[in-house]
Amino acid sequence: MSTSLIYALTGIAIAGLGLFHYLSQRNILRKVLAGNFIGTGIFLFLVSSADRQADGSIDPVPHALVLTGIVVAVSATALLLALLCRYHDETGSLTLDEEDDE
Amino acid sequence: MTQSSILIWPVLWPLVLGIVVFLFRGRTALWLSLAAAVGTALTSFNVCRAVHQSSTLVHEVGGWGAPLGIVLRADGLAAVMLGLSGLVGLVISVYSLTYFKSGSRKEQLFWPIWLLLWGGLNGLFISGDIFNLYVTLELVSLGAIPLIALAGTRDAIKASLRYLLLALLGSMSYLFGVGLLYMRFGVLDLMMLGNTITPDLTVYAAIAFMIGGLIIKAALFPMHFWLPPAHSSAPAPVSAALSGLVVTASFYMVARLWFYAFPALELAKLGQLIGLLGCGAILWGGWQAIRQERLKMLVAYSTVSQIGYLFLVFPLYNKAIEGSGIAWSGSILFAVSHAIAKSCAFLAAGIFIKVYGHDRISELRGAGRQLPMVTFAFALAGVNLMGLPPSGGFVGKWMLLKAAFVTGQWGYGVVMVCGGLLAFCYIFRVLEQFMTTPDENAPNLKSPAVMTYSVLVLAVTAVSLGFFTPVLLGILGVDSPVSLVSFAPEVLLP
Amino acid sequence: MNEWLPLLIPATSLIAALFIFFIDEDNRGLRTFVNLTTASLKVLLVVFLLIGVSRGEVYRFTQPLFFGFEIVLHADALSLLFVSLSALLWLITTIYAIGYMDVSHGHDRSRFFGFFSLCVSATTGIALAGNLFTFLIFYELLTITTYPLVTHRGGPDAIKAGRIYLLYTLGGGALLLVAIVWLKTIVGAANFVTGGMLIPFVSSHQTELTIIFTMLIVGFGVKAALVPFHGWLPVAMVAPAPVSALLHAVAVVKAGAFGIMRTVYDVYGPDVCTELGVRPWLAAAAAITIIYGSIRALRQDDFKRRLAYSTVSQVSYIILGAAIVGPVATVGGLVHLFHQGIMKITMFFVAGNLAEELHIKKVSQMNGLGRRMPITMASFSIAACAMIGIPPMAGFITKWNLGLGAIVAGQEWVIAVLLGSTLLNAAYFLPIVYRAWFKEPDIAFDPPPNGRKLEIHPYLLVPPLFTALCVLAAGVFAGMPFSPLQWAKLIALREYGL
Repeated sequence: MSTSLIYALTGIAIAGLGLFHYLSQRNILRKVLAGNFIGTGIFLFLVSSADRQADGSIDPVPHALVLTGIVVAVSATALLLALLCRYHDETGSLTLDEEDDE
Repeated sequence: MTQSSILIWPVLWPLVLGIVVFLFRGRTALWLSLAAAVGTALTSFNVCRAVHQSSTLVHEVGGWGAPLGIVLRADGLAAVMLGLSGLVGLVISVYSLTYFKSGSRKEQLFWPIWLLLWGGLNGLFISGDIFNLYVTLELVSLGAIPLIALAGTRDAIKASLRYLLLALLGSMSYLFGVGLLYMRFGVLDLMMLGNTITPDLTVYAAIAFMIGGLIIKAALFPMHFWLPPAHSSAPAPVSAALSGLVVTASFYMVARLWFYAFPALELAKLGQLIGLLGCGAILWGGWQAIRQERLKMLVAYSTVSQIGYLFLVFPLYNKAIEGSGIAWSGSILFAVSHAIAKSCAFLAAGIFIKVYGHDRISELRGAGRQLPMVTFAFALAGVNLMGLPPSGGFVGKWMLLKAAFVTGQWGYGVVMVCGGLLAFCYIFRVLEQFMTTPDENAPNLKSPAVMTYSVLVLAVTAVSLGFFTPVLLGILGVDSPVSLVSFAPEVLLP
Repeated sequence: MNEWLPLLIPATSLIAALFIFFIDEDNRGLRTFVNLTTASLKVLLVVFLLIGVSRGEVYRFTQPLFFGFEIVLHADALSLLFVSLSALLWLITTIYAIGYMDVSHGHDRSRFFGFFSLCVSATTGIALAGNLFTFLIFYELLTITTYPLVTHRGGPDAIKAGRIYLLYTLGGGALLLVAIVWLKTIVGAANFVTGGMLIPFVSSHQTELTIIFTMLIVGFGVKAALVPFHGWLPVAMVAPAPVSALLHAVAVVKAGAFGIMRTVYDVYGPDVCTELGVRPWLAAAAAITIIYGSIRALRQDDFKRRLAYSTVSQVSYIILGAAIVGPVATVGGLVHLFHQGIMKITMFFVAGNLAEELHIKKVSQMNGLGRRMPITMASFSIAACAMIGIPPMAGFITKWNLGLGAIVAGQEWVIAVLLGSTLLNAAYFLPIVYRAWFKEPDIAFDPPPNGRKLEIHPYLLVPPLFTALCVLAAGVFAGMPFSPLQWAKLIALREYGL
């Protein structure tokens, strides 16, 4: 139990780190990286919850969840990067300026 | 039970055909897309009908049950939502056949992505467990964003980027909540969760994360700021789908969780908090809508405002008070009629842009004479948004008002009425321009027939929805979490 | 049939409206045909209804919607009074409007007549509504459908007038919504029951019912131009004459007054009103409106605005009748619903005629009109005398009953109000009559164009003449069985359970 607890806490820590940078970084590329941190952290947390049964056997469901989650995260990252490239082509910047569009 | 296998079609059909359409070009692609749209709509209506006739349909995909398999469940609420997405999706698709005329590669990409989005929506409505809800929600978001970017303008790219960044934050938050719940209870299925959940710190944290994430996706005040730029810079059919269906789906998820997974919990305080945010949305959105120069921005802020009404169901429904169940039916009815009316408004705005080349409100003078059908449709949509009879918006608002009175929460009633007055202002601001005499040498313009009629269909449906309330409530009542009959019995006097 | 007739009456003009919107703008013949046929059909249906009810038939249409809400259309005595006024005056105004649009070269006629028909649907729906819920639905529909008519001309004044109109009416409507939902929460079904249905609830919910009553009166009072909610009415005069005639004689203003009547008699009931102590306030508000409207009317030179303020004043007679205890006062108020309608519509027809034929919009320009437009001015003179209350004209009958009712109820101060307003009425109407007949014109009037023999287009001439004759008949023949007065008496008898 305690090993998985350490993993869980690590996962939360990584996610938290990622969240902080996701919100505070202006450069979008860095936001993307931070976002991946959040994702990885959450996945680690999820995987750690697989160690639930009293007899020590592993619950396969969280693994399935995490695999799905990884697929989603990869697609989302790809979309983000493609949009970012396009954005950079259009505006030459890598940050969302804070001026309001209307 | 093979009857329940009809559940997979509203999801499978658009997903598969979406991928197939991607491989084709030109007219073949268009015909396939139309077939996909019609098929999706028909299968959705089929499920609706089946649920109305019998009862909740449950289907285990591939024969594999929970917890590893995916369980699809269609009760009254899901059936209503499926019907909604079928109707609105079909009309948007027909409209888009004419809207995307140039046949450029970029415009052709609309169809596969839109079909995937639609499939994801349908999947979301009939998902039976909280993780599948996450997956379908992602499918919807990741489908919506490229559709916005399809407009190609700088604003569109920027808006879609911002939306994606926020959406991801929302989804991660939600996923984390799912993880917490699974860690605590080991179940993902909504029904089972509803039975086994107990109040606990982990649970409250999970709820905070899940609902917090969904609030971002639903653009509830104060997390609404991504919506107006995104919905206004997207191509018109996409705006319609976004404001009409996608936003409703996020609200649906919150409602689904609240009433099915968390009913055993004491969430009154959270309900009040959400209610306050809803009030903020109603007032702020309405106020901002009045100040807009562009029609699509006005309509987008109207969405922000109307979403506030939906979220009032959380404080207004109090299972201890007889008769507050009317808040549930009111808010669902409101959601349905808003979806129809809002998509109609955006599609109409799209016609104005196509015909006039812009959507600046002050320069749309006299559109009432040049494009009478379209302005009429927009006016009807406006009637619904203002909550005037006999539209569905009126009935929904009436029910919510009644719930406010029955539970003694007058404040919400006052806010709703103020929201209605704000809506009068922003809708009539637009209609006034339409009624003004056009300049003498304004050209005689025509709008494409297909687009005009699709807009009219939606408009008339929204306005006459008040008459169809019994039907809707009949469907909604199948396996309702709230006893729809348990309101204060009407005193029948001789 | 008994079930469908009440539905058919609003439905005919609804369907006609949908059809009219699509008629080609230049197809004058078809449009005129559809308009006149539907208006006549509606009158026929109403006559059918009247005959049926006099034989004791019950006409009621019910459509349950959800949760105990139902749409109820019901022909009781009060609805018959209003619905027959509406149907009759609609036919006449349609004829007038057709002529008016021709003479003034109006634009967007199909749109105009389409909304015109929708308005009559809404008005007859209001007349036939059997509960507050149905009433509210048609009431709001009336607001929406009159807006395009007010802003029809499309210029900046029209748009501004439309905006003010909406501000008042939608605000009133929102207030009504809240009041009705609240009432339903307390009471349950809010059907109109002759004599009121709130008796069981008075003792337990006194404060709430009083507040709801105030909200209902204010909400209806906006459309009924009760001071201080009357502001929209003079501004809305920018609309074409048929619209002003409609708004002021039949549809909007009467709907508001009708709503107040329904509230006092069929929701609250006369006894409950007395018990709640709301009557003196209502009477005061009505009295203030009567005097204020008349004073403002005195100072207007613009003809239509003078008539507008006169309407503000006159409609409150109806409300005054409702506010005073006792059947006699009720009769006075009810009969004025009818009388004011025909008198005022005559005047607005005349105003339209003067504006279109001779471009006369101000009272100061009306010297010597009697020679140039004798029939028109004769109609006006009849209506003016009636409105002032010269016996045996219709207005006199109203004031007599109101005065008598006031004495019976011990409210003698009302007599002072009646006398005062009669004097004021004379002060702002008689000069017009005098000018028209007894003064020489300042500049010569243009003769009728194109060698036309009549003073004005026949479609514009006959309606005011007809309504003026009705005014005469309503006064002179008030003792006959089917006169408005007898009718009002019948309603009052039923309301008081006598």
